[in-house]
Amino acid sequence: MIEARSLTKRYGEKTAVSDLSFTVRPGVVTGFLGPNGAGKSTTMRMILGLDRPTSGAVTVNGKPYAEHAAPLHEVGALLEAKAIHTGRTAYNHLLALAATTGIERSRVDEVIDLVGLRDVAKKRAGGFSLGMGQRLGIASALLGDPDTLILDEPVNGLDPEGILWIRNLLKSLASEGRTIFVSSHLMSEMALTAEHLIVIGQGKLIADTSVAEFISRASTGSVKVRTPDAAKLRELLAGPDVTVSSSVEGELQVQGLTSDRIGTIAAENRITLFELAPHEASLEEAFMELTGDAVEYRAPVPKTAGEAATTDVEVNA
Amino acid sequence: MTAVAQSPTSPTTPPPVRVHTGKVTQGRIIKSEWIKFRTLRSSRWSLVAGVGAMIAIALLFSLAMKSHYPHMSAARQKEVDPVADPMRGVFLGQLAVGVLGVMMITGEYTTGMIRASLAAAPKRLPVLWAKALVFTVVAWVVMTITSFVCFFLAQSIFSSIHIQKSISDPGVLRAVFGEGLYLTVVGLLGVALGAIIRSTAGAIASLFGILLVLPVLGEVLNLTSWGDHINPYLPSNAGQRVMALTTTSPDMKPWAGFALFVGYAVVAMAAAAVLLKKRDA
Repeated sequence: MIEARSLTKRYGEKTAVSDLSFTVRPGVVTGFLGPNGAGKSTTMRMILGLDRPTSGAVTVNGKPYAEHAAPLHEVGALLEAKAIHTGRTAYNHLLALAATTGIERSRVDEVIDLVGLRDVAKKRAGGFSLGMGQRLGIASALLGDPDTLILDEPVNGLDPEGILWIRNLLKSLASEGRTIFVSSHLMSEMALTAEHLIVIGQGKLIADTSVAEFISRASTGSVKVRTPDAAKLRELLAGPDVTVSSSVEGELQVQGLTSDRIGTIAAENRITLFELAPHEASLEEAFMELTGDAVEYRAPVPKTAGEAATTDVEVNA
Repeated sequence: MTAVAQSPTSPTTPPPVRVHTGKVTQGRIIKSEWIKFRTLRSSRWSLVAGVGAMIAIALLFSLAMKSHYPHMSAARQKEVDPVADPMRGVFLGQLAVGVLGVMMITGEYTTGMIRASLAAAPKRLPVLWAKALVFTVVAWVVMTITSFVCFFLAQSIFSSIHIQKSISDPGVLRAVFGEGLYLTVVGLLGVALGAIIRSTAGAIASLFGILLVLPVLGEVLNLTSWGDHINPYLPSNAGQRVMALTTTSPDMKPWAGFALFVGYAVVAMAAAAVLLKKRDA
């Protein structure tokens, strides 16, 4: 269980995290989502007592991280890909960390096997690929067999096999009742791994909700209609809360009406439909909509007609 | 990675009861720092380089002395110091232990390892104390042995020209022993500066700026009346008194000078501790 209360971190003039409150519950994978620079890593470092909050507080299992007698048994953390001395072997790195808490040598061997680094355990970490570095980081996180795991962008640099492995590992660790808090800027990854989401943008909380709810909340539920009588159908569909746009000849994007309703109207007026497709927003689209204003670095995106009208979503509901 | 699916952490097994008895202690952090120290090639190589350079200089000076001494004027012969001359390797030795001390800390900051270290021991200060202790013991043992090896090597060479000194002659034991002490404290100053500055280049530059450049600037002061009031108390001038056989005014007495040098290191270490506790990692 991780509880953040009004967590705020300022670096000089710049506010990295602003009045952030959330709870990460045990037993599920909680995704920590936000664009680059949203304050995810800063928040995670504050949880681990590496950065001191400007104001507010965060506890892990009821206590500030630094007050635990054996932090490695409470929280395992993968912070950056390489919080590892490049001159030391993977095995010795883990051995040195284990020694701080009196974790026995056999556990070091166990985690090395668990993450599949046996073949390179006696090689210096400086020669490791990004993926091997991530695995070693995860081995360090699991070393103390902790109840809470905090992982910052764990799939970064992993190949598809590694990503699948992480996904399954996180789910199985959560099913054992552990608290799993995993950050990512990749929505698609979170859609597959996480059950619960904490979304931040520019250091502020945007959403604290289940994945399904997050999508439905952002979803404007448009329906794609393909018909030879586009102009006529467009007139028939028109109404106060209905938006119809068209970017391709013979194709309409309808918002504000269900596909059932559109189909019925078409049938009543004997209009032929070639296609009638309701479109649910993906997590990625939901994320883009909700964090649209919160992206720190953005290149101007040329607007296309199809995505012109999606600004009526309530943020911070 | 299919092995993971069959591992004890598969979803079908009931939640295991996890009992953890371990906790973080100063002793365990010292053990951890010792493992860290001995598992880095760079720590071994800086020590080997320091020891090698000191022994090489001792041999070089004493062998050169042996061949040239008989041809020197009586006045030059009087200037020969059979204890201090072969000890000049200390200037190379301090480069090696200084860099080693700095790297004990900055090696972790430049690689990111420090975050793993401080996450494992979030009280932080025990990590600094453990690093300082491991460094002190290793550097002192190695440098003291090297100092005695250099002394006896040189004296055995000098015995053929009959200018050798005995370890029991006045001040000699203190000087030889003092070389190991001086070098250890140089390295500790490096550890402290590493923790304060956190970048390898910056910390090494500051350390040798203090040890080597300050005394040179002090020479300028010797042109004024300020020199005698400041120069004896500069860190390296004070610290090196413990290796000197003779004391001339206004230099500090051997142990007083060394105590002042230790004092500088303690102040630097205290500043390092405050900053380590206060700053974000």
